[in-house]
Amino acid sequence: MAGILAAHRAPVFAQANTVHILRWNDFVPAADKVLREVFAPEVQKALGIKLNVETVNANDIPARATSSIQSGNGPDIFMLLNNYPHLYSSAAVDLSAVADEMAKGGQIYPSGVQLNRVGGKWVSLPWSMVPALIVYRKSWFEEVGAKSFPKTWKDYYEVGKKLKAAKRPIGQTLGNTFGDAPTFTYPLLWSFGGQEVDAKGKVVLDSKETLESVQFMTQFWKDACDEGGLAWDDSNNNRAFLSGDISATLNGASIYVAALNGADKFKTEKGAPMHTDCLHAPLPVGPKGHFGYHTAFNHMVMKYSKNAKGAIEFLRWAHKKENYEKWFVVQKGFAVGPTRDWENHAMWNQDPVMLPFKSAPQLQTRLMGYAGQPEKRAAEAWNKFIVTGMYASACGGRMKPEEAVKWAAGELGKIYTGT
Amino acid sequence: MNEALAVDGRRTRVSRLTRLLESEKALAAALLAPGVAILAIFIAYPFVMALWYSLTSIRVGDPGEFIGLANFSKAIHDTIFQMAFKNTVFYTFWATIFKLALGMWLALLLNRHFRFKRIVRASMLLPFIIPTVLSAFAWRWMFDPTFSVMNWGLYHAGMITDRLPFLSSGDWAMWCAVAVNTWRGMPFFAITLLAGLQTISPDLHEAAALDGANAWHRFWHVTWPLLLPVTLVVVVFSVIQTFSDFQLIYVLTGGGPANSTHLIATYAYQIGIGSGLLGEGAALSLFMFPVLFAVVWVQLRYLKRMENG
Repeated sequence: MAGILAAHRAPVFAQANTVHILRWNDFVPAADKVLREVFAPEVQKALGIKLNVETVNANDIPARATSSIQSGNGPDIFMLLNNYPHLYSSAAVDLSAVADEMAKGGQIYPSGVQLNRVGGKWVSLPWSMVPALIVYRKSWFEEVGAKSFPKTWKDYYEVGKKLKAAKRPIGQTLGNTFGDAPTFTYPLLWSFGGQEVDAKGKVVLDSKETLESVQFMTQFWKDACDEGGLAWDDSNNNRAFLSGDISATLNGASIYVAALNGADKFKTEKGAPMHTDCLHAPLPVGPKGHFGYHTAFNHMVMKYSKNAKGAIEFLRWAHKKENYEKWFVVQKGFAVGPTRDWENHAMWNQDPVMLPFKSAPQLQTRLMGYAGQPEKRAAEAWNKFIVTGMYASACGGRMKPEEAVKWAAGELGKIYTGT
Repeated sequence: MNEALAVDGRRTRVSRLTRLLESEKALAAALLAPGVAILAIFIAYPFVMALWYSLTSIRVGDPGEFIGLANFSKAIHDTIFQMAFKNTVFYTFWATIFKLALGMWLALLLNRHFRFKRIVRASMLLPFIIPTVLSAFAWRWMFDPTFSVMNWGLYHAGMITDRLPFLSSGDWAMWCAVAVNTWRGMPFFAITLLAGLQTISPDLHEAAALDGANAWHRFWHVTWPLLLPVTLVVVVFSVIQTFSDFQLIYVLTGGGPANSTHLIATYAYQIGIGSGLLGEGAALSLFMFPVLFAVVWVQLRYLKRMENG
């Protein structure tokens, strides 16, 4: 005590090497368990880092990140979806060194590079991707004459029309929801040749190709889809599929995984476990190409962090193959790795129904804001549901396809010109 | 000598404090200070910050720069915001009308004597007590496009052949939101109006009845004028809460389909938090201020005039 008084200074305690990471509540709960029960003790042993894992609803992450960045206090690492790294780039620590090490272990998917590299600097690291594929009822498709999944949008329409007539429509959300709606509407737009902007950032959405895609979707909606999908969020299609109300829907693997885990609960009309009647396929091919859109999960170390060094060390450790693998295998293909080498993992040999997820990231050759960058303005358009709203307005009958395209192009124009 | 001076000093300080506390002005200031401080920190400061943000290009992590009224100008030309503004007025107007009408009706019923009166009065408050997020989730299930219990009931009763598009049509979804808001807010109206009704002397009704007034005349000429001050206060509160509502729409529709059910608050959140455009989000939310200010001012002025004469 005398020493403290003499020094005129408060005692200094050893700073605990704690890293606080905030992530979403994983749709595969076993993966969160790995973080808490495997990663935490192992990283403590390996690096002396006490890992504090906090999980919240994915929709709540932007609110948490905003308040943390503005107040300069919060988790050391944020898990960010899609192109949020672009939005928060000024609050990020440079992770280029770790990204370079990752790239040596295997080629990072181009979308991962575009989403996490801002101004030539890695502001975050790609962690995983949840591919969106169509899960469909094999027997129902066969009953209407589709021996395999339709290759083109036109074929899908014809099959969907028969399915809807048989009271087994296709289910697709066009609601204001973060995952299943835009991951459907953006590839649909591109596959007909439409795009938001050109390479210089000029809005070119109002085109013949975009109009064709909206006209197609309006007809497809009426003749082949469950029209309640205008109000669906990301979970409605899971319930509708598992209850046998729809024959196909774009989704992550969560429907199949739920059917697999609940084999006694989810059955076909013939009493067989539903998972035995499920298959996966990518979105159909359009007149101008074949595309997919998968939800990306990235990790950002925050500039305000008092332990940025520890946070970087943790990410470096977590990305090592022997550590990452423990998280990767429990996903069973629901989430895929950030680099192509994970496509060669033995896990993919376990279940042939999950195999289409292995190479699904290769279909993601474009991102929001194409042919520009997936930057802040593209995020604003995404968050305002401009592209999804264009299709929803036409399908719901609020606007004619021509009006919907003009409206969306006008709103995009305001975003890109800042007026 | 020194001790004597110290005692004198203490006495002087005590008497000064006593004099200060005996002064009504000083005492009032002292008692008001904590309240003013709370208002300044939690109401005035965020409001001033929102005002400042709305005049800048601030984004998350980027302080931005002063851009004058550009955010307001952008909002005015934004068709989604225009729709959100119209929706907010529509939602507030109809929900308040329904809450007032049904709340008054319920209050009049509950003002009568019947068995289990207290239990009924207490249970009536349930919609108001349950957190909005939970009740909105329950309603969302009831309006679910695929599994709606109402569609199921109507279908099996032979009243419909196709599912009703509760939340999948913009117009239907807006009316559904009005219905849920009415369900949730009606007990507040009913219980407050009931309290008002109980202050009205039964003698007045008896006198009116003796003069030959029927039930409607007694309500219109006795109950309603005496209840008007309470009604106005409840309506002011309700308008403020409904106009700035967020949770219900956020859970029920998320602003969809095709942004057709956004309110100002949900759209401001989507822009400010979802897109990180804090300045634009602040500007959008400030559009609520003049409208609410005008409503409160008109109603309070009317109330004051009534009190004066």
